[in-house]
Amino acid sequence: MSERDLIWGPGVLRSSVSPVSAQGVSLTAARERRQLVFLEGLKSAVDIFFRPQEEPHPLQFLREANTRNLQPLYEFVREALKPTDEEEAAWRCPVLLVDDLSVLLSLGVGAVAVLDFIHYCRATVCWERKGNIVALVHDSGDAEDEENDILLNGLSHQSHLILRAEGLATGFCKDVHGQLKILWRRPSQPTAPRDRSLTYQYKIQDKSVSFFAKGMSPAVL
Amino acid sequence: MTPSEGVGRGVESVLEMLESLLALGGMVLLRDSVEWEGRSLLKALIKKSALYGEQVHVLGCEVSEEEFREGFDSSINSRLVYHDLFRDPLNWSKTGEALPGGPLEALRALCGRTDPGPITVALDSLSWLLLHLPCTTLCQALHALSRQDPCPGKQVRVLGLLHEELHGPGPVRTLSSLAQAEVTLSGAMGQASAHILYRRPRQHPTHQTQWFSILPDFSLDLQGGPLLEPQPQPDPHTPPVDPTNHLTFNLRLSKKEREAKDSLALPFQFSSEKQQALLRPGPGQATSHIFYEPDTYDDLDQEDPDDDLDV
Repeated sequence: MSERDLIWGPGVLRSSVSPVSAQGVSLTAARERRQLVFLEGLKSAVDIFFRPQEEPHPLQFLREANTRNLQPLYEFVREALKPTDEEEAAWRCPVLLVDDLSVLLSLGVGAVAVLDFIHYCRATVCWERKGNIVALVHDSGDAEDEENDILLNGLSHQSHLILRAEGLATGFCKDVHGQLKILWRRPSQPTAPRDRSLTYQYKIQDKSVSFFAKGMSPAVL
Repeated sequence: MTPSEGVGRGVESVLEMLESLLALGGMVLLRDSVEWEGRSLLKALIKKSALYGEQVHVLGCEVSEEEFREGFDSSINSRLVYHDLFRDPLNWSKTGEALPGGPLEALRALCGRTDPGPITVALDSLSWLLLHLPCTTLCQALHALSRQDPCPGKQVRVLGLLHEELHGPGPVRTLSSLAQAEVTLSGAMGQASAHILYRRPRQHPTHQTQWFSILPDFSLDLQGGPLLEPQPQPDPHTPPVDPTNHLTFNLRLSKKEREAKDSLALPFQFSSEKQQALLRPGPGQATSHIFYEPDTYDDLDQEDPDDDLDV
């Protein structure tokens, strides 16, 4: 990784994510090189309840009965993006990875508060620092979850690129784990109508993912 | 224009879509979705208004000023005033850069402006305002904004972008009732379409569907519709098959069969003959008998158990 990354994850749903390795890149080494800032939500959540805190904690909303907004969490992101000393170059094209936003809903934060948090992150990471944000939201599917739908649709309207991962319609398969639909929403670079959306199927391997066109899995060819 | 005229005019002869939307005045509501975004149509309408010589005020809540101005040339950008609610809408940074009073005050300030000339106000987006302000407050502000001032120089045209999926039917219908024209964006096979509802005063609402695409400079390109696959025609040389051949049942009745059918007495029809037959058992019919062998434990009481009921 040449640019700096900022990862925030609760580690609740994705127990396989650890700071050690992901996608064939050593995140521990990146953390030591100060290329990576990792906020482990699960650990921090324990800290906020069992250790005394002086300044506002990023996960302050867990203690408050009436959660209005995620401003402390946004302040954490903004502080992490500031260069620590004059010699270090400022963050160049930072990437904010959020895993995942649906957990915030189940922790009692309103959908509008989460959308406002992402809005402010967009203003800082994308507009001010010319970086990118990658956020994960779970689709409630058949379950009627109004708050999650507002979050999902609101986030989709704020996004320039939507990746929709879903299982195969025909059921579970050993060689094809799912299907990925890619939708471009950037109107200022109009593409031909047929390029607006693409669908691929994929298989997750040990440290990477392989993609292929529908029906073109190596296992069936 | 009567409703039949409006529907029958067709694509070629009606005013170009943007012109007819802007000619109405009042509020134009653009309803978009995740798959069919509406910001490019909003920018096309803004470009048209600016080309008319009007000043355009944009209340920008969702994208940065740079991103919004992208694609406009300098003549249009000079007529565009961008009220920035993107960088710090909720005053979290407390640097004093945010618009004072937040989104509501910014909206109300547009109502109370004193500079002359017709203006266009573009709200990007109404969804953001609806998620952060009470619906009634927003509707009152919109009504105050788009109300036709008797002074012709102070007309305000309002263009509002609404993301349909984010709201329930109540707020959407409320906003729709405030609009003089409503454009719902959808599409098929990669081709965008706009379903337009015009509410002209003292007339029935008229509908129009228009296929279009937006060019990189935000001008509109009207189109006929998505290319459909040609339907396969049935082969005219094969002779039609007569389905009444080789049936295992009768389709028609002969005269004798019809008479027999009509004279048949249905089992549950109660006629006087049947009644007499039941009341007077004929010589051939035996009266029925019941043979009963009581068990040792049976209680054979001849009294009527309902005698003491007093009914």
